[in-house]
Amino acid sequence: MTGLAQVLFAPGFFASPPVRLALLTGGVAAFVSGAVGAFTVLRGQSYAGHALADISVTGGSGSYLLGISPLLGFAGTGVLAAGVMDMIGIRRPRGRDLATGIVRGAGLGLAALFLFWDTTHTNTTGVAVTILFGSMFTISPAVVPLVIVCSLVALAIVAAAYRPLLLSSVSADLAAARGIPVRAVGFLCLIAIALAVSLSALTIGTILSTALLVGPAATALRITDRPGRATVTAALLGVAVTWLGIVLAYDSFTWPPRHDGWPVSFFVVALIFAGYLLAQLVSRRRPARRAAG
Amino acid sequence: MFAPFMMNAWIVATMVAVVAGVVGFFVVMRGSAFVADAVPQGAFAGAAGASLIGVSTLVGLSVFALAGALGIGWLGRRGRHDVATALTLVLMLGLGALFLSFTTQYSSEIFALLFGEILGINSGEILPVAVLGLVCIAAIVVMYRPLLLSSLAPESGEARGVRAARMELLFLVVVAIATSMTLPVVGALLIFSLMIGPPAAARTLTSSPLRAMALSVVIAVALAWVSIAASYETDWPVGFFVGVGGAVCYAGGRGWATWSAARLPSAASRSAAA
Repeated sequence: MTGLAQVLFAPGFFASPPVRLALLTGGVAAFVSGAVGAFTVLRGQSYAGHALADISVTGGSGSYLLGISPLLGFAGTGVLAAGVMDMIGIRRPRGRDLATGIVRGAGLGLAALFLFWDTTHTNTTGVAVTILFGSMFTISPAVVPLVIVCSLVALAIVAAAYRPLLLSSVSADLAAARGIPVRAVGFLCLIAIALAVSLSALTIGTILSTALLVGPAATALRITDRPGRATVTAALLGVAVTWLGIVLAYDSFTWPPRHDGWPVSFFVVALIFAGYLLAQLVSRRRPARRAAG
Repeated sequence: MFAPFMMNAWIVATMVAVVAGVVGFFVVMRGSAFVADAVPQGAFAGAAGASLIGVSTLVGLSVFALAGALGIGWLGRRGRHDVATALTLVLMLGLGALFLSFTTQYSSEIFALLFGEILGINSGEILPVAVLGLVCIAAIVVMYRPLLLSSLAPESGEARGVRAARMELLFLVVVAIATSMTLPVVGALLIFSLMIGPPAAARTLTSSPLRAMALSVVIAVALAWVSIAASYETDWPVGFFVGVGGAVCYAGGRGWATWSAARLPSAASRSAAA
């Protein structure tokens, strides 16, 4: 048993403070993303989630200019962009995607400028890479309270608005007939998505945080049809792939070609994709078996 | 601004803008903004892989763009389309993160690939970009009628023998080719602005497809030229001007449509139909 543990966990895994911090923040971010992600997938808003993740690059790069915590930048621009999307969004899904894309383009244009200033004025050359691909093992401990606050807000939104959110995701007309403020609920959901995406942006990077938002949720919705169970499953799946990714990344410090470790983000994304394919295979076979037996 | 070393930038950017205007028109018509956004961003990983094994960037971009388009088409048939797009995209980006971690010299190169580097174009790149551009335009011309039909009314298209799924796949391949040629110029994150902003603005101004497509090309070329000039003058990244300019075009188009609808009641019904 200890032999197996030694193979899985390279020496010093649990003793290392950056690893412990990565396990904590990564786990929290994945949990929130999974729970919020279930609604993102149910509402068909994967694109909004992805665009909000991209736009948070703007906040991340701006935060280096201002010298504030990147998480504040991620979350600030995310919530702002959610507001703009809601404002110009048109009711039809096609129009919604277009509005999302326009906001995303403008946000990324600003991000290009901020990153340019980051590298020319403040002499921090690695910023682009840190923001885009995350920095799981170099998170500063000071950011933990903010991570906890953002997570609680996002989870509180999902918990408080659970029923109206679910009903308006399944049928907006029915929800409106029951007197649910569909638009306000949709806006709340966008804010929860923005917060969840900011949290994962901190750990696995802005351009990959879509993975934690959509992947575990889509997998969970393949496994179960019940929304409540899917939400919990997605959150737990997210935590599992993130922790496994951290373990593998830690082990990979001895791997070729550079003996410098493979990126955590790669492992997390690869595990998520494999999980989705597996769930798809299983769910396709299940009805056939039921019909046969 | 028109010095010899800038000529390549002007020529390539013009070709890129024309193709983006034409392909983008269908992206907007079909409402496939997410796909048009995911294919370029995923293809970026191919460029990183190409520099790792030492082949031309254009080869890496094309391979990844095509693989991404086919992957989205294949996965999307068995599940939610937006989820399939998102997962294909993040898988490619994850590979990109891995490739980048294997090379040592990245920061500036990543920045150029993501946000565009108009000055880095050498004259040897003009010919491949021109060929890819012609292929895109030719494909759109050949597919024009069935593509338009399946974008506007998929059901009646099916009835006339236009298979929506096959059209979608063909269109994805065109987007992939357009991506490979535009990416080195405007950058992975902002191709999309060139493909979405101008056509979206054009569609708010006219409802005739051909006129909208022509208008979208004109706006895209103008946007590209203004962006290069502004980037040259200020030394700021060209992606900034393309991204913000695309949004400004769209806002302007919508503002104009609202204003003229308020003035002329007949225009209101036309823009409502569009």
